[in-house]
Amino acid sequence: MKLLEVKNLKKRYKDKEVLKNISFDMDKTETIVVIGPSGTGKSTMLKCINRLVEPDGGQILLNGQDITKARRVEKLRQRIGMVFQEFNLFNHLTVLDNVRIGPWKVKKLSKEKATKLAMEILKNVGLDDRANAYPAELSGGQKQRVGIARALAMEPDLILFDEPTSALDPELVGEVLEVMRNLAEHGMTMLIVTHEMSFAKDIADRVIFMENGEIVEDGTPEKIFNAPEKERTHQFLAQFTNR
Amino acid sequence: MMGFFLNSMEVILRGAGVTVKLTVASLLLGAIIAIFVALAQVYGKWWINLIATTYERILRSIPILIIMFMVFFGLPTFGIRFDPFLAAIISLGLRSSAYQSQIYRGALLAVSEGQIMAARSVGMTGIQTFLHISFPQAARFSVAPLTNEFTIVLKDTSIAYAIGVTELLREGTYIVSTTYDPLLIYSMCAAVYFIMTFGTNKFVSLLEKGFAIPGYEVRGVERG
Amino acid sequence: MAEFIKVFFQAFPFLMSGLKFTMELAIISIIFGLGIGMLISTLRVYGGRISYTFSTAYVEIIRGTPLLVQLFIFYFSFPQIGIHLSPIVASIISFSLNSGAYQAEYIRGAIQSVEGGQMKAALSVGMTKWQSIRLVIMPQALRKVIPSWTNEFVYLVKYTSLAYLVGVPELTAQGEFVASRNFEFMNVFSGVAVVYLFVILAITWFFSSLEKKVKIPGV
Repeated sequence: MKLLEVKNLKKRYKDKEVLKNISFDMDKTETIVVIGPSGTGKSTMLKCINRLVEPDGGQILLNGQDITKARRVEKLRQRIGMVFQEFNLFNHLTVLDNVRIGPWKVKKLSKEKATKLAMEILKNVGLDDRANAYPAELSGGQKQRVGIARALAMEPDLILFDEPTSALDPELVGEVLEVMRNLAEHGMTMLIVTHEMSFAKDIADRVIFMENGEIVEDGTPEKIFNAPEKERTHQFLAQFTNR
Repeated sequence: MMGFFLNSMEVILRGAGVTVKLTVASLLLGAIIAIFVALAQVYGKWWINLIATTYERILRSIPILIIMFMVFFGLPTFGIRFDPFLAAIISLGLRSSAYQSQIYRGALLAVSEGQIMAARSVGMTGIQTFLHISFPQAARFSVAPLTNEFTIVLKDTSIAYAIGVTELLREGTYIVSTTYDPLLIYSMCAAVYFIMTFGTNKFVSLLEKGFAIPGYEVRGVERG
Repeated sequence: MAEFIKVFFQAFPFLMSGLKFTMELAIISIIFGLGIGMLISTLRVYGGRISYTFSTAYVEIIRGTPLLVQLFIFYFSFPQIGIHLSPIVASIISFSLNSGAYQAEYIRGAIQSVEGGQMKAALSVGMTKWQSIRLVIMPQALRKVIPSWTNEFVYLVKYTSLAYLVGVPELTAQGEFVASRNFEFMNVFSGVAVVYLFVILAITWFFSSLEKKVKIPGV
């Protein structure tokens, strides 16, 4: 069974069709990178998967169970992590609290267990020494690593990354990508929207190219980057190689 | 001279006690109503929002003196009677609820959408998101404007003089009517008010420094 | 409701004559207050140590004490030092001084938000400090201050009701007069409330359209 299956996903805002019949699937431990021009519905698609945005049509199956029909949407979100472009850390909480609030208050782990788990994860993202800092005291790269740690602390089946490095200064991008690379190597299932092409080439098991709310092409990184079938994919990627 | 001063001070301080009681009771009454008004405005359906907003607008547009007259002289028309002290608390409390609801509404809206989304993404319910994310931050955002509201209510308790509450200003006026020294007595009243408002402001800003969280700097204070 | 409308129309002429005083008090005081506010804020931002201390003390003392006490000092206490003020004059003086302190704070905030680069640029084209304040800083600061200023005017209209307590025949005083003569407290005071509400809605509407009119893109 596939970990995630998306079938004919549709979303419209007023008279604009943002997502038209999106279909793809994902295996466990797979890393998929979604690329494409801005405003083509990539971020909306991610948010449909954990229902931060309600889809208008289609099916999304997680381990064979239809997400769009799940009655307790909170239960579902516990199994799908999300990392945001703007970090969205909880400003009033320390780094440690940002990471442990999920397992502690949502999953109802004991405070000790949640703390232990959070500290381990912080160590993995290299921030255990900043556990007592507040978000305002962190650099952008550190904030995003906390964002990733917060998602990891829920021990999700899948993590969605919504342009995780787009809000960062160029010199801070590396540390975040490093953490993500590490996760991929350790078998985390990840669906990543990004504009970092070389990273995509490097880390992805599969690349999906999206434009105007449609999947134009879906394949291995070698195929998409070296020998795309579709002219639109080729044109889009040309902008990056010319630079 | 010194004896006169001390005797007057004793009476004025007794009035100040009443002033403080009026202030605290009115603010508490205002807070309870305001929380519901703010929740209605932020989370309510459009018609609940409309009712809450109309309530807030009307109370913010009527002078506190008129509100006191309506409660103290007007309500007995319907057989509802309050003593001056209670009438003052109700009036000041109702009006403060309108201003406090603005404070709480603003504070709730100041918590970024992104954080709410992030809270939902780790699986928090609406109530958990409110308790763990929105409320703690909104409470901090409210401290500075609430201090301001405290001083406004404290100063406006002097208007309860008009419906006969023996608070600071009326105690002062009693002394004036027997001693004919309004300059000294009213200046003493002013000084006591000043110490109370200024002291509160200083105290709260010290407190804020003690409990400060990086990124939550105190914001400017405005008149209600 | 029918009873309310009947009483309201009987009281109407009185309320309107009261409203005339209310608006006079508010308009004169806000204008004097603006002058005081501009002066005090300039002293606070650009003044030397003495003018800074004086202006800060002024603002803190006025803001730290009730308006009603200030009014009582001018009306009841000043005769003791030989200064006899009529109710209206005492009211205008205390409202103006009070509003001046608040307006000074709004203008100071606005000055500080346009300060910095603008002042340096004005000095760099050869303006004196005074010219820079008058020609560059103040015009921008005063535009920024319009929303707070509207608020201040609304505040003044409401608080002129305190003038009733020293005997100015303004709106509240007229209401009190009609109410106690006819023994119609609820109806008349509700009528007075409606008049205040109407006036304040009108003021808010007027100033928000003024704000749009004088708005300069980007300022």
